Amino acid sequence: MPYFSNETRKRSKMMTAEWEQRVQDFLDEHPDQKPLWTTISGVDVKRLYTPDDIDELTYENDIGVPGSFPYLRGNHTTGYRSKYWTFRMFSGMGSAEDTNKRWHMLLREGQTGLSTAFDFPTLMGYDTDHPKARGECGKCGVAIDTLEDFMALMKDIPMDRATTSMTINPPATAIWAMYCAVAEKRGVPLSRIGGTIQNDMLKEFIAQKTFMCPPAPSVRLISDTIEFAAQHVPRWNPISISGYHIREAGSTAVQELAFTLRDGIEYVQDVIERKGMDVDSFAPRLSFFFNAHIDFFEEICKLRAARRMWSRIMKERFKAKNPRSCWMRFHTQTAGCSLTAQQPYNNVVRTAIEALAAVLGGTQSLHTNSLDEVLCLPSEHAVEIALRTQQIIAEESGAANTIDPLGGAYFIESLTNELEEKAWQYIQTIDDAGGMIQAIEKGYPQMEIAKASYDFQRQIDSQEKVMVGVNKYKTSNELAVPLVEIDDRIEEEQIKRLQEFRRKRNSRGAARSLESLREACKTGENVMPCCIEAVKSHATLGEICDVYRDVFGEYADPGLF
Amino acid sequence: MTERKIRILLAKPGLDGHDRGIRVLACAFRDAGFEVIYTGCHQTPEQIANTALQEDVDLVGLSCLSGAHRYLFAKVVELLRESGGEDIKVIGGGIIPEHDFTVLRDAGIQAVFTPGSTLDSIVQWVRDNVKTSKRQ
Amino acid sequence: MDLIEKIKNRDFRTASRLIRDFEDDVSSARDILKDIYPHTGKAHIVGITGMPGAGKSTIIGELIRRYRIDNKRVGALLVDPTSPFSGGAILGDRIRMQRHFEDSNVFIRSLAARGALGGLSRAVGDSIHVLDAMGNDAVIIETVGTGQQEVDIVNYAHTVAVVLVPGMGDDVQVMKAGLLEIADIFVINKADDDSARKLRLSLMSLVDSGSPIRRPVKPLIAAVGNISNNELYNQGLDQLYRHINAHRNYTLENKECLSAMLEKKLFHELDQALKYVITEDIMKSIAEREDCRREIHKLRTRELDPYSIARRLIKIMQHPSGNPNQS
Repeated sequence: MPYFSNETRKRSKMMTAEWEQRVQDFLDEHPDQKPLWTTISGVDVKRLYTPDDIDELTYENDIGVPGSFPYLRGNHTTGYRSKYWTFRMFSGMGSAEDTNKRWHMLLREGQTGLSTAFDFPTLMGYDTDHPKARGECGKCGVAIDTLEDFMALMKDIPMDRATTSMTINPPATAIWAMYCAVAEKRGVPLSRIGGTIQNDMLKEFIAQKTFMCPPAPSVRLISDTIEFAAQHVPRWNPISISGYHIREAGSTAVQELAFTLRDGIEYVQDVIERKGMDVDSFAPRLSFFFNAHIDFFEEICKLRAARRMWSRIMKERFKAKNPRSCWMRFHTQTAGCSLTAQQPYNNVVRTAIEALAAVLGGTQSLHTNSLDEVLCLPSEHAVEIALRTQQIIAEESGAANTIDPLGGAYFIESLTNELEEKAWQYIQTIDDAGGMIQAIEKGYPQMEIAKASYDFQRQIDSQEKVMVGVNKYKTSNELAVPLVEIDDRIEEEQIKRLQEFRRKRNSRGAARSLESLREACKTGENVMPCCIEAVKSHATLGEICDVYRDVFGEYADPGLF
Repeated sequence: MTERKIRILLAKPGLDGHDRGIRVLACAFRDAGFEVIYTGCHQTPEQIANTALQEDVDLVGLSCLSGAHRYLFAKVVELLRESGGEDIKVIGGGIIPEHDFTVLRDAGIQAVFTPGSTLDSIVQWVRDNVKTSKRQ
Repeated sequence: MDLIEKIKNRDFRTASRLIRDFEDDVSSARDILKDIYPHTGKAHIVGITGMPGAGKSTIIGELIRRYRIDNKRVGALLVDPTSPFSGGAILGDRIRMQRHFEDSNVFIRSLAARGALGGLSRAVGDSIHVLDAMGNDAVIIETVGTGQQEVDIVNYAHTVAVVLVPGMGDDVQVMKAGLLEIADIFVINKADDDSARKLRLSLMSLVDSGSPIRRPVKPLIAAVGNISNNELYNQGLDQLYRHINAHRNYTLENKECLSAMLEKKLFHELDQALKYVITEDIMKSIAEREDCRREIHKLRTRELDPYSIARRLIKIMQHPSGNPNQS
């Protein structure tokens, strides 16, 4: 049944035509300020949207109500009334003790979930004393080499209550193993712990370039974690399929949407084929992660479209029966790349707009960037403002009062459709290429993003697009922001600590545990139990990853243009 | 005298993979008529210095967003000096706080470009600072 | 130490600089070539060509590794296209050979094609001599994967390997671009068993119809497989490496083949040099000398045709002060 009655459509067409005539008359005297009006991603935006623009929608199939297919308006039947989104601030710096201190501060201030930033040696699976790690320790996250470090990180954190998100990819198995091992030590059963490991390698090849082994074995390790979660850690999200980094690398909103969902398809397919698991046995634990960029409406529509597309993918492509398999649960972070080093206090405003878009798009979890993140690690004060931004949106602005408040608006529904259609085209192209791994090997998504980011920068340079304080409204006397600096001495201390750890341990036990991990890698048996055993036997993060590098080979940046 | 082509090595030392900026710059340099040798992410300072010599570049552009720039950038300059590449200019970019500018300049980094720098300004810096007359 | 000694001692910067002078067409560089040439002729020159995205650079990285295991020194010249709009280029091939960046026995140099039409630029030919004189046992040349330049590689290399990927329409491409005639070895890359077998069959039927002199009746075929299958991929590359060496041995042992190949190669080089030597001075003079400019004017007024003018200009150069009509 059509969305509007014939009578409404007829009248709407007539009135629109009349209005268009008046616009033409007006334009003669008052021309538009610029010829093209587009979203930040380059989607054309019309002067006005009317019933004509959503004429093809059917209410039942395309819109519906929250909590049922196609979940356009939200997964939850009651929206934010029973529970706001999780206020989850990404943080980590210096040593495990430093980060633990910041976490306790955030929990005191009303944060409801933890989120861990690791430093680059940890993210790449190197111990701090590896030659490639020189100069990086603790710089943009916390340094973790050993189970001992991890215990210091989790000190006095209630692991049975607080959920912890960990932004870790190539060494995700090892870091998750540490989390599990610490929980066990504290007497918290694996069935009680909750949290997320990012563990999404495809977007690393596509965008963030934190990679270790080639795509195929990387995906296999991910399937191991998904299987392990389904069997033993039911409250854990073993993957957070991420568009955030794709967007930060310079993609458009459509590319973010399409590549993220296509990554999701790749993972689901691999688990089904490799593990022989039923889709409904693991799909409800898949989670997603999106960017909230500065183009307010485009972002809201992107998030709505993402939910609808995923439910369609699960239902139609994978024949999921459990409604929860069709839920796209996602975390959102405001766009780091939209912040400016110039006039940094303006970043508070940008982040507020972006956070509001995330909430209106129905996010389940949110990180708001601090105003100084384009300059350095965030200071405590800056983090507090960012957290308060979320609290103001939740408890003052009224944005959370009703579910999907913009649903049904002509522009919103029309743009949601348009983003969805464009994203399906990309997904089709990648399907035709034989899947995401093949597309990555050809460099397809990488080159699409590179092109988009270059186009965008060109538009900034030519002032076709405006960044306040960068290419317009520049000032010479800027307010300085106090900068956080990480002491270079942290590296020495961490290396000392690591070497002491190695000296004290039973090296034969560690070596044995690594041998069984190697065997599991080769035979295809799930690596997680071996990983947990290895960290408990005091193998280091770097040593575990050395096994992977050795068995699966190392992946290097193909640098395609 | 005809001009010679400017050859530039662009690389990311260290472990961070945020290559958006350096890739965009590679395109801008290409479109400015320069020849860009791009070696991408996760390069050690040794790899970068060796490549600079093997490719006979005029300029090395380094990008680092992880905060490890002080050590990594200085190390590249040091290695170039040790191996007869002292005439190769080195510039840097990324998330670099202002108070590190002088530290880097003292270490031999000739210019630092941070977020918000326009592509044109970087291209212009290259034209102004790299000699392009032919050796005869 | 003089320049030639430095090059023979593998001073990378010196070698690379000289190559740059060839690229930039610095006239003094060719005088240096005079001194380099006697030190060349020892390296086995291997051309690797194929469509963009066929995986050439990765294969070269792997070949270098195998040469190094055999304790051989290697040089590689990687030719990439120049942007026709700006004259600039992004040269990204060496990124796939980074494990060799710190090995002093491996010298890798990227070159932009710089708009050379219908073949490799002269700088490539000259640069090969530099890499040869550096004492490299093998010199690998990667060429731009489209059109004429692929075919031109045969004029520079002793062994040519053409890299193909099933499903890229490559077998059609092979015939069209004339790669069939130049390939000593076909490399089937990024293939699963089934598609590799199909491509191999279609190649076999193609090559039955001709057998150029420089190869043993049929070209060798190495199926490399897919990189995600580490073990098979490595086996395929081992096979390719063996094929390259086998082809080298074949040409060395087969005197008729060897001399035909070398003659063709030398003739090509001479042809290039001849054109250059003749045109260089003339083109320069056209801009500077009044009598030459007068000749050009005759072209514009349609008094004479281009060929006649060309002959007259050569004569003018031979008799710098005289009148071309008097000879």
